[in-house]
Amino acid sequence: MSLRCPSTGKALLALAAVAALAGGCDRERRDLGASMPEGGPQIQTTDLTPGRGGVLPPDPRGQLYEKSAYHVSEGSRLFRWYNCSGCHANGGGGMGPALIDDEWRYGSSIEQIYGTILEGRPNGMPSFRGKATEQQIWQLAAYVRSLGGETPQASSSRREAMRSTPPRNQVTPPKPKGEGAPAVQGTAR
Amino acid sequence: MKQAASGLIALLLLCGCSGVQTPLDPAGDQAASIHTMWNVMLVVCSFFYALVIGGLLWAVVRRRREPVPEPQASAHDPGIERTLAVWTGLILAGLTLLISWSFFVDRSLAQTHDDQALHITVTGYQWWWRVEYQDGPVNQWFETANEIHLPAGRTARIKLESGDVIHSFWAPNLAGKMDLIPGRHNVLDITPRRIGVYRSQCAEFCGMQHAHMALPITVESPEAFKVWRAHQLQAAKAPTSQQEAFGKAVFETKACAFCHKIDGADAGGRTAPNLTHLASRPSLAADAIPYSRGALAGWISDPQGMKPGTKMPNVPLTSAESSAVVAYLDSLK
Repeated sequence: MSLRCPSTGKALLALAAVAALAGGCDRERRDLGASMPEGGPQIQTTDLTPGRGGVLPPDPRGQLYEKSAYHVSEGSRLFRWYNCSGCHANGGGGMGPALIDDEWRYGSSIEQIYGTILEGRPNGMPSFRGKATEQQIWQLAAYVRSLGGETPQASSSRREAMRSTPPRNQVTPPKPKGEGAPAVQGTAR
Repeated sequence: MKQAASGLIALLLLCGCSGVQTPLDPAGDQAASIHTMWNVMLVVCSFFYALVIGGLLWAVVRRRREPVPEPQASAHDPGIERTLAVWTGLILAGLTLLISWSFFVDRSLAQTHDDQALHITVTGYQWWWRVEYQDGPVNQWFETANEIHLPAGRTARIKLESGDVIHSFWAPNLAGKMDLIPGRHNVLDITPRRIGVYRSQCAEFCGMQHAHMALPITVESPEAFKVWRAHQLQAAKAPTSQQEAFGKAVFETKACAFCHKIDGADAGGRTAPNLTHLASRPSLAADAIPYSRGALAGWISDPQGMKPGTKMPNVPLTSAESSAVVAYLDSLK
């Protein structure tokens, strides 16, 4: 078929471009229901010494949850629903330790965070066993990981103001020239 | 013949408009004034439509009957000019009528009709409705979910809020649409007149289960409303059998109590519907499923299967625990 007028060709080209872009809409497949294998990982229930213990065998589900933007965003919702902010604030810490820094008393891997939420920890962290479902705890753990910027870029929320690292698609404001350093020196501490 | 048949089908379809959810069968003052305006628009538009089609037909018929006269060289044709003036006048009159009518209807909808209005706050969530009756002294306030009861003849001032995304409240038989916008509260007045059950639903796409986010509104006599209200103010019934008591214990110690609230039980979650009088409601999961004990059992064992994407998780329970929870919740009349 020959194209008679050039505008038809342009329209077809635009249509093809839109179709090609629409292919990108399929960001990820959402898991609903019990498609994830159930059952928790081997939990480190130790000795009350912080930061101790051998390395846990990685659980394959950790990766599944961590890589999914849906599960991370559900974790964000549960973080508010279950009042985690009561102690951890929005990740900055309060009564409980901060979650957006890189200090982890009981380990930073998703399996260890899962264990922390499931079993609780000394000095205030309650156990959520039987309260939140396993999937919810995985989602919370994935979200806690994302607070510290440890989840893959693709699954991290793009509107999360409290993350320690700004999303890559956000432009960092340019620093004002020659002002930053003296102002800090001037304050008495 | 074909046209007659399709006309008949269209008429038959129109008959279907008088159901539980239609703006053509108003049961309240606000819907009635909108309905009147709808009729005025229909009449005005039909008049102009008939005029245009009539003119067209006349032109066609006349063209066939008479030979075409030679066009006049003169620019003046008093006949055409007079017709044009009348036509412009008609258009002006029609538009003025429609504009002023809709202006006055809008104004009447925005007015408070009743100082003794019943105050209700409706908050939309993905995908259910929190309904708080905030009328009179604070100890007379109560909360329910996914159902509204209104006394006939008394204006209800419904404050509309949203807990997550934009929703829209639409009870076509009672009033027009109003959006629920996060961080704002909109106010909608409803003055129901006719007793009955009217379905309302979310009218703004709000996510996966938008289509299953409905809210039945029961309009009843003031006496019946008083009885319902007194019942809602009571705490949940204490369990009467061993199984119900076990169900209550399971509800309080498992994930249920983390999100749901039951007055009279040790369950105070605020993020999911209040279940204090669950079994007295007409439906489950924001009118997605008609209420029955079997539907409740199915809902508890697999909410993600019945309403995929719902925020209620599949909670692992043993069959004994599950049936005990169902027995307990089914007793909460």
